[in-house]
Amino acid sequence: MSQSTSIGRALDDERAFKYLLIAPAVFVILLIGLYPFIKLILTSFQNITMFDDDRSFNGFIHYARLFGDDRLWESLLHTAAFTAAALPIEILLGYLLALLFLDPMPLKRLFVAVILLPTVISPIVAGSTWRLMFDHRFGPINQIIAFLAGEEVKLLWTVDPFLVWPAILVAEVWQWTPFMFLILLAALSNVDREQLESAQIDGASWLMTFRKIVLPAITPVLFVAVLIRALDLVRLFDVIWTMTGGGPGTRTETISIYAYQMAFREFEISYSSAIAFLVIFALTALVIFALRRVEIAR
Amino acid sequence: MNRGAKGWRLAARLACAVAVAAMFLFPIYWLAAISIKTPEEIFAYPPVWIPSGFRLDGYATLFRDGDAWAVWNSLVTAGVSTVLAMVIGFIAAYSIVRFRTGGDHLAIWIISQRMIPPICVAFPIFLLFVSLRIVDTYTGLIMLYTAFNLPYVIWMMRGFIQEIPLELEQSALVDGLSRWAVLWKVVLPMSRAGFFATAVFTFIFAWNDFLFALILTRSDVITYPVQVTGYFGSQSTFWSKIGAMSMLGVLPMIFVVGTMQRFIVRGFSMGAVKG
Repeated sequence: MSQSTSIGRALDDERAFKYLLIAPAVFVILLIGLYPFIKLILTSFQNITMFDDDRSFNGFIHYARLFGDDRLWESLLHTAAFTAAALPIEILLGYLLALLFLDPMPLKRLFVAVILLPTVISPIVAGSTWRLMFDHRFGPINQIIAFLAGEEVKLLWTVDPFLVWPAILVAEVWQWTPFMFLILLAALSNVDREQLESAQIDGASWLMTFRKIVLPAITPVLFVAVLIRALDLVRLFDVIWTMTGGGPGTRTETISIYAYQMAFREFEISYSSAIAFLVIFALTALVIFALRRVEIAR
Repeated sequence: MNRGAKGWRLAARLACAVAVAAMFLFPIYWLAAISIKTPEEIFAYPPVWIPSGFRLDGYATLFRDGDAWAVWNSLVTAGVSTVLAMVIGFIAAYSIVRFRTGGDHLAIWIISQRMIPPICVAFPIFLLFVSLRIVDTYTGLIMLYTAFNLPYVIWMMRGFIQEIPLELEQSALVDGLSRWAVLWKVVLPMSRAGFFATAVFTFIFAWNDFLFALILTRSDVITYPVQVTGYFGSQSTFWSKIGAMSMLGVLPMIFVVGTMQRFIVRGFSMGAVKG
């Protein structure tokens, strides 16, 4: 009883109340967010590997190693190139879909539901599904291509070095175009119809209307959507894990796959910590830069 | 534009919509088809486009071998962590909005937690879980998903709570309700649509996670995505298991989209507008 009254008194005290409310959240984030981050920085200066457990300060040896690690830069290049390829496709397809569904249409809700389904399923399931789809013998993709081409094809989508990235791109675009579609649909719905109609009456060209009315309306929303997706693409792991496992060789290794291999397969704990710190540092710089640019633009 | 042209336009749009929907649906159809095909049909060349019957052997195998436990584990970890993250996140968001606890810096620090790719902190978290002896336990995975989703919940709920007029809370306080009661009897009901949309997403994130489950489970609380990847080996005979297990992971999502489409659309567009 006395305990409940003391809690009751604390609840009446606004100052204590506001800290009580936020305490659990801060505790959990400190434990799972901040503690691992500090641990990560410490580890990157030690020398912990499968064979060694040297916890003394080792200086910047692991950071120095980053510069000469071709596999690391290759995985970063893969990640950046894939992001640069996937994002414009998703935006363009998402925009076209949004235009298609902008005006009222019978069964619109059902169509939208079907289209957004890929976005809510697990990337692991998406990857598995596309691996089955792309199977050179029992999958339907080669059959469809064969039907269109009029001759038998045996394309090794998940093995051939020149076909693996396109295959992964298809899976990624399939899963995440609906996200861009939904966001652009919401943004386009907010564009002022009367303004569009009066522009049409005034004889403004399609391009002119797009640049002067539509683009300003969707840009802020699109910017955030691109930021969210870009951060997602940097952590691209699951789809590649199921479709190719990073192979053939290291052909489809992204930074997340490489960091995983280093930490959990080769137990290069300190070196993988240095990689992780590099990624976090680069991402932070990139996001701050992007946000600044937007502020300037406004 | 006359009526005929309008009709044709609508017909063309409908035709496009059907084609697009079919393209997005086909891979999931193919997965579902594999899960109910006979082994002969799965490994037929050329492939069988429509299964001859509706066989649940693949699913029966999963339940008989006990592999289906993975789905239960996913349900428990995603469900419990969603409830925890929503409660903790909701009260934290309220504190940030109403009392400006921690100022802008705390809010930005919290959301910036979400920016870090999971793999970057995976190993230190693994070490932490080893020392706490919670690797491969419900407690561990629930704790992780709760923490991982908290920034998202706080950020979203912050936006929804900001929209609630302060007068409502003040009049409730004048009526003699405690602050704690105001929180649950005034603020929560006022933001319930947003609360629900956020909860749906929180559940989806945890339900679909792979990387943390891969690292932090061994056998006892293995989740369904980890189980699915376990079937990819040199042996291609596991196709029906891949199909069935994946479908067990997809079916709840089909249910979610079917019944809560409004919330998902809202959640996606809110995320981008307020992000």
